[in-house]
Amino acid sequence: MEHYYQPEIECASREQIKAWQDERLVAQVQHVWDNVPYYREKMEEKGLTPADIQSSDDLYKLPFLTKADLRDAYPYGLMGVPLKDCVRIQSTSGTTGKRVVAFYTQADIDLWEDCCARAIMAAGGTNEDVCQVSYGYGLFTGGPGLNGGSHKVGCLTIPTSSGNTERQIMFIQDLSATILCCTPSYAAYIGETMKEMGLGPNDIPLKAGIFGAEAWSQEMRRDIENTLGIKAYDIYGLTELSGPGVSFECSAQTGMHINEDHFIAEIINPETGEVLPEGSQGELVFTSITKKAFPLLRYRTRDICTLTREPCSCGRTHVKMTKPQGRTDDMLIIRGVNVFPSQIETVLLNHGYPANYQIIVDRVRNTDTLDVQVEMTPEMFTDNLGDVAARQKELVEGLRSMLGLTAKVTLVAPKSIVRSEGKAVRVIDKRKI
Amino acid sequence: MTVNQISVFLENKPGTLTAMTGLLAESGVDMRALSLAETNDFGIVRIIVDDVYKATTVLKDGGFIHQLTPVLAVLIPDEPGGLHKVLEVLREAEVNVEYMYAFLGGGDVNHAYMIFRVQDTKKAGAALAVKGIKLVNQDSIAEI
Repeated sequence: MEHYYQPEIECASREQIKAWQDERLVAQVQHVWDNVPYYREKMEEKGLTPADIQSSDDLYKLPFLTKADLRDAYPYGLMGVPLKDCVRIQSTSGTTGKRVVAFYTQADIDLWEDCCARAIMAAGGTNEDVCQVSYGYGLFTGGPGLNGGSHKVGCLTIPTSSGNTERQIMFIQDLSATILCCTPSYAAYIGETMKEMGLGPNDIPLKAGIFGAEAWSQEMRRDIENTLGIKAYDIYGLTELSGPGVSFECSAQTGMHINEDHFIAEIINPETGEVLPEGSQGELVFTSITKKAFPLLRYRTRDICTLTREPCSCGRTHVKMTKPQGRTDDMLIIRGVNVFPSQIETVLLNHGYPANYQIIVDRVRNTDTLDVQVEMTPEMFTDNLGDVAARQKELVEGLRSMLGLTAKVTLVAPKSIVRSEGKAVRVIDKRKI
Repeated sequence: MTVNQISVFLENKPGTLTAMTGLLAESGVDMRALSLAETNDFGIVRIIVDDVYKATTVLKDGGFIHQLTPVLAVLIPDEPGGLHKVLEVLREAEVNVEYMYAFLGGGDVNHAYMIFRVQDTKKAGAALAVKGIKLVNQDSIAEI
C-alpha cells in the first residue's frame, strides 16, 4: 500500500498544482523584488518588473542565478528576510568550490521537513518505523533534513550521524532500525563492514534505505539492495534550495517526484539558457516559490537530467526527474570526450567489480590519460595471471565502448582506496593546464 | 598427492612484497619456495610454506587477497637429465604444464624439489607415480 504524508498535495490535479505555482511565483517575485536588491538589479538589467510575471508561464523571462552569484553575494546578499527572522543556517560541503551558506526561517524549516517526510513515507515509512539517520549532522543538510522529516512522520529516530560504522550496525541490530538514511557510498561501506563482521541481509531488520547527496548508478543500487536486503530509494536536493527532499523516489522507482508546490523545475540548454520541452535532457533549473529567507529564482543546479509528467503508478502527480546523468561541472573532458564518473561506475559494476574506484586524470606529453583504479576482490582473483589480465582487458573494452576512449585499468590492493563516510572522492585530476 | 600453494595478489608498487614477507616472518611461517609472476601493474606471488593454515589466516587478516592452488611437488635427483625425465612423463601423459619453479631443501644435497602447476593434476600425479617418480605431500613439505 502506498503511503503519503500530504496526499491532498502529493496527488493534487495538474490544474491545482499549476494554480499553486502561478499564485506562489507571483508573490515570490514580488517578495524578492522588495527584499533582495541583488536580484532586483538583475531583473532591472533585463527591463523587468514584478508586473511582467503574471503566472508560471512567464518564468522563462527571469534571469538565472548560478553558483557564482552565490559566491558574489556571500554571505547575506541573497537573503529575503531580516536576520532576526532566521532561525538556522546550513552550508554545503564545498566539494565544488566555495561553501554556500543558506538561511532558513522556521516556516522554511517546516516546509523542508515536510518534503523529507514525504520522501520517507514514499519509501514505505510510517510512525511504526525506526529510522536511522546516518547522514552527517551539522552544517550538512543531510542529517538535519531527514531527522526533521523522520520526526514529522513519527518514526523513532536514531540520530547516529555518519562514522563509527560498527556502532551503526550495532544500532541497526539492537534497536531494530527499519529505514536507513545516508549517502549511497556510506550505505555500500556499511554493507561491506557487515560482510567482514560475518553478517548478511537476514541478520538486520532494515527494509528500506533513502540514499542521496551524491551520484550513484542503478548497478550500485542493486548492489546495496542485495547486501543490506532492502529496497533503496533515491532522494535529491540542494542546500541552496533547502536540502534533501526537493525530489524523492516513490515505489515505482522510475524517477524522483519534485515537490512542485514548493519548487518549479525547468530544463534548459546549458549553453544557451533556452528552456527545453518536456522529455529533453538538459540542465535542471529550480525556482523556490515558498521559502522566504533564501528565495532563489531560476537557480541553475548544473545537474543534467530529464523531466516527465507522465502519470505515475504511485498516484503522485508531481513531475518526475531522472537521476542526474551527470553534472555540467563534474563532467571531465578527456581527449575532447565528455566523461561522467557515473558512466565509469556503471561499467565497473557491470563487470562485477566493487564500487570502490578512483579515476585519475593526468596529462602526459600533451595527451590526457585516464587511469581507473579498481580494488581487487577475492571473487575476482585467480592464480592464473592470464585470467586476471583477461578480466582487466575486458574492463578496458567495456570502458572503451561506454566512453569512446581508451582508459588504463589498474588493479589495486583491497582497501587501498580511501573509504568515505560522506561524499566519496572519485576523481583526481592532476592536469595542470 | 598434491601440495597447497598459496597465490597472493600484489599491487605492483614498492613495499607490497615486503609487507607480505614481514607478516609471514612475524608469525613464524617458514617459506619453502617462492615464485613471482608479474604484469606491469600487479603481480602474483606463489609460495609453498610449512604451515598453510597459519599463513592463510595471517594473510587474510592482513588484507591480502589470496587463493589456494593444488600443485605437484616432485623430488628430482640432482643429476643431468633429472628434470627432463619428469617432463618426458608429463608429455607422454599429454599433460600441459602451466608453470613450474624449483627449490633446494634441507640437508638433502642430492635432490632438488620442483613445483609443477599442471592442467590435470590427477592425471599427472598418476603418470609420475607409475614411473616411480617421487611426489612430496604437504606433511613432508612441513618437515623439510
